[in-house]
Amino acid sequence: MGHGGGGRMMQQLLERLVRPAFANPHLDQRHDSAVLDVGGKRLAFTTDGYVVKPLFFPGGDIGKLAVCGTLNDLAMSGAKPLFLSAALVIEEGFPVDDLARVLASMNAAAQAAGTAIVTGDTKVVENGKGDGLYIATSGIGLIEHDLQIGPAGIREGDAILLSGDIGRHGVAIIAEREGLGFETTVESDCADLSGLVGELLKAGVELHCLRDLTRGGLAAAVLELATDSGFDMELNEDAIPVTPAVRGACEILGFDPLYVANEGRMVLFMSASVVDLALDVLHAHPLGRDAAVIGQVGAAGEGRVGLRNAYGIVRVLDLPSGEQLPRIC
Amino acid sequence: MQGVGMRPFVYRLARELDLAGRVSNGPEGVIIEAEGDAQALAAFEIRLKRDCPPPADIVDCIVQPIPAIGDQGFRVEASRADGTIAPFALPDLAPCPTCLRELFDPGNRRFRYPFISCTHCGPRYSILDALPFDRERTAMAGFPLCAECLEEYSDPSDRRFHAQTTCCSSCGPTLALWDAAGRTLAHGDEALLQAVERLRRGQVLALQGLGGFQLLVDAADEEAVQRLRERKHRPHKPLALLVPDLAAACELCDVTEAETQLLTSSAAPIVLLGRRAEAGSIASGIAPGQNRLGLMLPASPLHHLLARDFGAPLVCTSGNRSDEPICIAPDEALGRLAGIADAFLVHDRPIRQPLDDSVIRIADGKPLMLRRARGYVPRPVALDTDMPPILAAGGHLKNTVAYADGRRVILSQHLGDLDTAESLDRHRTTAELLPRLFGRPPRSVVCDRHPDYASTRWAESTGLPLRRVPHHLAHALACMAEHGLKSPVLAVTWDGLGLGEDGTLWGGEFLHIAPDGHRRIASLMPLRLPGGERAIKDPRRSALSVLHALYGEETPERLPTTLKSRLEPGTLSVLLRLLQTGTQSPECSSAGRLFDAAASLLGLCRDISFEGQAAMALEAAAERGGEGDGTIYPMPLIDGEPKRLDWCPLFHALLDDRAAGVPTSVLAFRFHSSLAAAVAAIAVAESIPTVVLAGGCFQNRLLLELCAEQLRHAGLRVYWPQQIPPNDGGLALGQIAAATFSEEFLTCV
Ligand SMILES: [Fe+3]
Ligand SMILES: [Mg+2]
Ligand SMILES: [Zn+2]
Ligand SMILES: [Zn+2]
Repeated sequence: MGHGGGGRMMQQLLERLVRPAFANPHLDQRHDSAVLDVGGKRLAFTTDGYVVKPLFFPGGDIGKLAVCGTLNDLAMSGAKPLFLSAALVIEEGFPVDDLARVLASMNAAAQAAGTAIVTGDTKVVENGKGDGLYIATSGIGLIEHDLQIGPAGIREGDAILLSGDIGRHGVAIIAEREGLGFETTVESDCADLSGLVGELLKAGVELHCLRDLTRGGLAAAVLELATDSGFDMELNEDAIPVTPAVRGACEILGFDPLYVANEGRMVLFMSASVVDLALDVLHAHPLGRDAAVIGQVGAAGEGRVGLRNAYGIVRVLDLPSGEQLPRIC
Repeated sequence: MQGVGMRPFVYRLARELDLAGRVSNGPEGVIIEAEGDAQALAAFEIRLKRDCPPPADIVDCIVQPIPAIGDQGFRVEASRADGTIAPFALPDLAPCPTCLRELFDPGNRRFRYPFISCTHCGPRYSILDALPFDRERTAMAGFPLCAECLEEYSDPSDRRFHAQTTCCSSCGPTLALWDAAGRTLAHGDEALLQAVERLRRGQVLALQGLGGFQLLVDAADEEAVQRLRERKHRPHKPLALLVPDLAAACELCDVTEAETQLLTSSAAPIVLLGRRAEAGSIASGIAPGQNRLGLMLPASPLHHLLARDFGAPLVCTSGNRSDEPICIAPDEALGRLAGIADAFLVHDRPIRQPLDDSVIRIADGKPLMLRRARGYVPRPVALDTDMPPILAAGGHLKNTVAYADGRRVILSQHLGDLDTAESLDRHRTTAELLPRLFGRPPRSVVCDRHPDYASTRWAESTGLPLRRVPHHLAHALACMAEHGLKSPVLAVTWDGLGLGEDGTLWGGEFLHIAPDGHRRIASLMPLRLPGGERAIKDPRRSALSVLHALYGEETPERLPTTLKSRLEPGTLSVLLRLLQTGTQSPECSSAGRLFDAAASLLGLCRDISFEGQAAMALEAAAERGGEGDGTIYPMPLIDGEPKRLDWCPLFHALLDDRAAGVPTSVLAFRFHSSLAAAVAAIAVAESIPTVVLAGGCFQNRLLLELCAEQLRHAGLRVYWPQQIPPNDGGLALGQIAAATFSEEFLTCV
């Protein structure tokens, strides 16, 4: 299971087994979706599988998660989402009411983004074999600008922005699943970022790279981009928004909010000169209200990511190999 | 050995005995060719070993007859840098008595010159660029000798004959005092006098010491001490003191003969000493809650001058920001210690090797190294197997690296915790430096089995063949290597925790180490850590976990007031839920966490700010309990693979007695003696005649002495690390030792 935590074991599995098996130039873009030239148009194409326990949680459910996740992957290429597909794997005996709720929230999420689920598939597996419900979604989007948004666009000196507070999804899930009963209920941040990205593009913000935060949290996303781009990066701990409820829960659970999962947040890379414009757009949008500049891209190096605290001490961030194991002796 | 005045000594001895020939330093050591009368040659050999200068250590002396060539006179020849096996290098040496006399003699031309040294003393490893140890390969290369110094250097009858570090105020390094903005306020002796004046006013002084910067403040000034603590973000950890001389040390602490030897040794380490009850002239914030003080005598002429001019104890702590390595360059210190130091006393002799002050204590009458750096590094440890060149990456905290080539292991100085960019860089440069100084490029690397230690990541990045050594096996093997022990051995490896060989967290292990493999025969019963790594920094969580093991669902009602008042109800219910479900609560057979739990249940610690704080508080409380009352709480051994040492009855008894009003100090003592009794019982049952005690828990003097006493009483031989830290600072040595075994040996059976 160490392979599932979004840590280094997962990355190694991808690098050693999955990527070589399918080797092709599109896969080498190392981004959330593949950008394809089709008949003179640039299309973004992505697919994702969703497995979550519990299926319903404060702030969302597996259906909303599956749709928003795919919309976000398209948005990270700066694409306007067009069409979605969905495949459902349902465990025998799964309550029909629950299924109806999930389908409704999928549809609502798709419509809110101006898209629709235009094709799909449904399978039923034996009782005890499916954790209730698995969902796989795919999406196609259209890229209507000339920017090359992706890890290759990152430049030395770029500002790193974060669209909002972090850690809510991971805390919401574990609190609900384990019945932890925190004093303040934390809601998942599960949301579709494609509208917000559209606003930024419309305003003319030259985005260099976008990455939505998922498993492994902010740390995993930035570390991945640092490794892929080969630039050292530095984040300011104080600038990273975390709500008191999430901070308190993380303190009790022994989690570092930087590593906790999100489903509706992204990091944005851009030249320092366009930061003010970007912040104006972000702050005007409900999903970007708490957006902040959280760091900057340093020189080309080994792809080291440092976290500077209030005292100026820079801690080096690292991806744990799987489940986080205490290192203190 | 080099830098101890070996060649001048040989020269004088040969002249005295009327021998002809020559002496040189080569990569293989000191080479002497001598010819003359047979009786004189025999006397030469005897006196060479008997009378050699005090810091020298003749490791091996090979005598070979060669044909006489009718040589005339005796010559000291320049060093040769060729050859395959690198020579030894010496650690830094505190001023010798003769240099000290000169330092304080107004008639001497080096009166109050802070860089005085001779063939018997002075900086060594801290200024070393390359071997052999000659001025041009040290930080003294930038200071050509003046005519007067050159004359002494060239005169075979002078005590500075061939003294590589010699200098004087006209040719050597100079002091300067800077303000916090880096503006020079004064030079030379005036800088020193003004620095002392600032200390008197309660200012924090950053001092460029031998192996790095130190932060000094008046130890009697309560406010100044608090200011330093606040600026360094170091609320509780005891601060070491610099005192001018042994008499001053004896005013503050009771100093035994063994402790005197350590204090006054050429290594001049920080020694943990029992504080005298009436010692009142220092601030209460120096070592809160401790019965011990860490004291050190001046390690350099500069420290002698400063300590004597100030005339009272000074706080002297490493010049770093929390979690970062010690600063070594003046400009670097100016930047990184900004906001901490009010002034900087610096000089222009660069520090080449960063070296923290070593920390050591006496346990069971013998030295027990706690932090090994200045004064001890790079003294080698001998292996009984020939190793191809190999590097060991060490642990993650209190990191050291080690390098072996042939039979010799060089364990690096304490490098600190590998969490910051600076410490990662220092780890890497040290790992690259050791082979360059002491041998050939490494052909393989060894590291811990923990995949997320920064040291493991570094080892993986070298691209060299890599072996991963189980954490607790490395602890055991380090101790065996230090003492040259052969298996079979019963190794009691107790620490905070390390990754075990079954993928769970270990830390209270009994390993049977046989020639062909090792086996985990027993272990402490696992304890859940609610909040994982967070629990390690919060002893209340270990306490809660113990209570949950004792009382299950009834825990909330059984919560002692010491704990109840310190946990918010919301937090408490979530932590209990974690314990019930096992969520984010890994199991861990750690001895260190039991110390945390006991300290917390006895109300001895609230929030901790440094590793080992709870255990130290428990040890201090037990020491206040005197000799103990002989009560041993039961710790039954439950059958299984491995057998489990059950601590539930121990804690039941502890809590019952606490409720019955038994004083805390007595309970703390009983906790220690019960663990020691359990260790002895297992050792006796296994009947392996040699027992090794290793791991960070054995920094605890009381636990160590009680274990040693009981094991010896049972007729067993008992060893523990003495020259090498028992904590993770010794892991790298154990990793090297592990590489001498087969892969099957390294895998637990
Ligand atoms: Fe350890
Ligand atoms: Mg995806
Ligand atoms: Zn001397
Ligand atoms: Zn001179």
